[in-house]
Amino acid sequence: MQLLLEVKDLKTHFHTEYGVVRAVDGVSFIVEPGQTVGIVGESGCGKSVTALSIMGLIRQPGKIVGGEIVYHTNGKSINIAKLDPTGKQIRSIRGNEIAMIFQEPMTSLNPVFTVGNQIMESIILHQQFHKRDARERAIQMLDKVGIPLPEQRVDDYPHQLSGGMRQRAMIAMALSCRPSLLIADEPTTALDVTIQAQVLDLMIDLRDEFKTSIIMITHDLGVIAGMADKVIVMYLGRVVEQSEVRSVFHDPKHPYTQGLMDSIPSIASPEIMLNPIKGVVPDPLDAPPGCGFEPRCPKSMGVCAMNVPSLRKVAPDHWAACWLYE
Amino acid sequence: MPSHVLLQVKNLKKYFPIQKGILRRVVGHVRAVDGVNFFIKEGETLSLVGESGCGKTTTGRTILRLIEPTEGEVLLRYREPTNGRQKYREINITTAPPALIKTLRRYMQVIYQDPYSSLNARMTVGSIIGEPLLVHGISKGEEREEQVRELLVAVGMNPDHISRYPHEFSGGQRQRIAIARALALKPHLVVADEPVSALDVSIRAQVLNLLKSLQGEFKLTYLFITHDLSVIRYISDRVAVMYLGKIVESASTEEVFNNPKHPYTEALISAIPVPDPDYKTRRILLQGDVPSPANPPAGCYFHPRCRYVKEVCKREAPAYLDLGGGHFVACHVADQLDLQPIRRR
Repeated sequence: MQLLLEVKDLKTHFHTEYGVVRAVDGVSFIVEPGQTVGIVGESGCGKSVTALSIMGLIRQPGKIVGGEIVYHTNGKSINIAKLDPTGKQIRSIRGNEIAMIFQEPMTSLNPVFTVGNQIMESIILHQQFHKRDARERAIQMLDKVGIPLPEQRVDDYPHQLSGGMRQRAMIAMALSCRPSLLIADEPTTALDVTIQAQVLDLMIDLRDEFKTSIIMITHDLGVIAGMADKVIVMYLGRVVEQSEVRSVFHDPKHPYTQGLMDSIPSIASPEIMLNPIKGVVPDPLDAPPGCGFEPRCPKSMGVCAMNVPSLRKVAPDHWAACWLYE
Repeated sequence: MPSHVLLQVKNLKKYFPIQKGILRRVVGHVRAVDGVNFFIKEGETLSLVGESGCGKTTTGRTILRLIEPTEGEVLLRYREPTNGRQKYREINITTAPPALIKTLRRYMQVIYQDPYSSLNARMTVGSIIGEPLLVHGISKGEEREEQVRELLVAVGMNPDHISRYPHEFSGGQRQRIAIARALALKPHLVVADEPVSALDVSIRAQVLNLLKSLQGEFKLTYLFITHDLSVIRYISDRVAVMYLGKIVESASTEEVFNNPKHPYTEALISAIPVPDPDYKTRRILLQGDVPSPANPPAGCYFHPRCRYVKEVCKREAPAYLDLGGGHFVACHVADQLDLQPIRRR
């Protein structure tokens, strides 16, 4: 099996004045070339911190305290977790081979530079293009992401674009160096439904055209169902379920995933009463010693409170971390 | 106004002036709400759906007269508690004098989207929920505290948390506090403006179920403002779809999803991401963005993005037609179209 990225037992902790927050606490998964991996979970589950760890963007008081992030490129393997986060090596990967798009395009674009300038910056930096060629490439990318009149729009400032256009410009920027891995952190959450549909369609088209692998981070199970090949469900810093996309939607194994599925109103059968998960996510400073989901779990048993379950194979291409399957 | 109707909105308009220069000359208007008509029956939930900037929030606020309308009427029927016997009264909110508006606030309350900014951080839960009781002179002292405790229980919270502060609660719990405050006066109408949009999936479901059960318990009528169509499907009896300050379609929830008549409704429905990998739908992609409400297109406001556009759509604004059975639509070609409904599996 060919691999693009291997995350092994990743631990990213934040040492705050109130104590240690184990934002990511032993996460493992792999990304194959051309694959779209969806990471779902609610606020505070560690999905964004996982992404930032892969990008080498964790800053004080956060630190990768354990595990490996192995990135395979041109026959070489690089452990990103061990690289100096401001060093030369990670900077040649970041934005070039692994790119990221963020939720809020207004805050992630620089308001005082034109969109074209910002796209050209990474092309000139990473691909050693001359300014004129880089501008050509930027216009080409804007055209690819469906921005009308790209020759004129390239000189626009971010505030001159609408929300959907800005997110398209972000995607153009992220894909301008033809990365092999694109990390998208809630890329459509800030957008309206009809604009969200446009952007998701665009991402699917570009993925197929450029053969980019995608890590798609979202809380929206609908978006995941439409896009991902593989789904990772996170809760309180750990992976609780990992599966091929059909299997996890039709037969979720972990009680948390089952609870999530029962919490979303079904557009097809609205008469079904929602059956939400009880309680709230525990304070990460005071996480339960055993399974993180135990205090809210309808199926909790004696063993759950004190012991952390490990991921086990429960069906073909389907793993769950739950004592029910031990 | 028919006796089962609680609220009737007639030709409601809210224009915000655009001012320029040092003299603050008015150079144009943002037509946030541009001639809206609808009614809400007693005990039902009407959802107002649309994308950002379509005027749904402004409509809600104008109805409550939190902002002054430019034109139009809002009629509210309310039961006046006169010793034992209930008397029905009907009032035009848009012309009511300020003193009367304060009285009317008892009958209409609001829940906002973001419970982090809608609760005063310096007040305890008890004083937040109890404030409307004081303001309207309903109760004070121990009686008030007892009522607040009952409200906390009604929204599924621990009544012993009465002297805690908002920061000690999670987002979902804060939204419950905001709901308790809205219910304190036993209102008839609750305007809920995106009440679950800021919440996580599992918490959102808890709050939706709470709103549903409170509706029966307190005999509430909801005006539910949201952009999330799957939430609408779950909670509402009827739906009104807004686009650029106008209602383009309204009907019962089932009818809107199964027999949409406006091309915009069709596109909205098809754009909902469905949490089922095998659900394949023909997604209708609208071209471009919503035009600016300061400078709306001529004719039908939706025509630049519509895939069924005809010559007449570019010239004339469509009338808001009654198709029968409570289904209304504003589209020139509605009767000629065969639009794609939501697919059932």
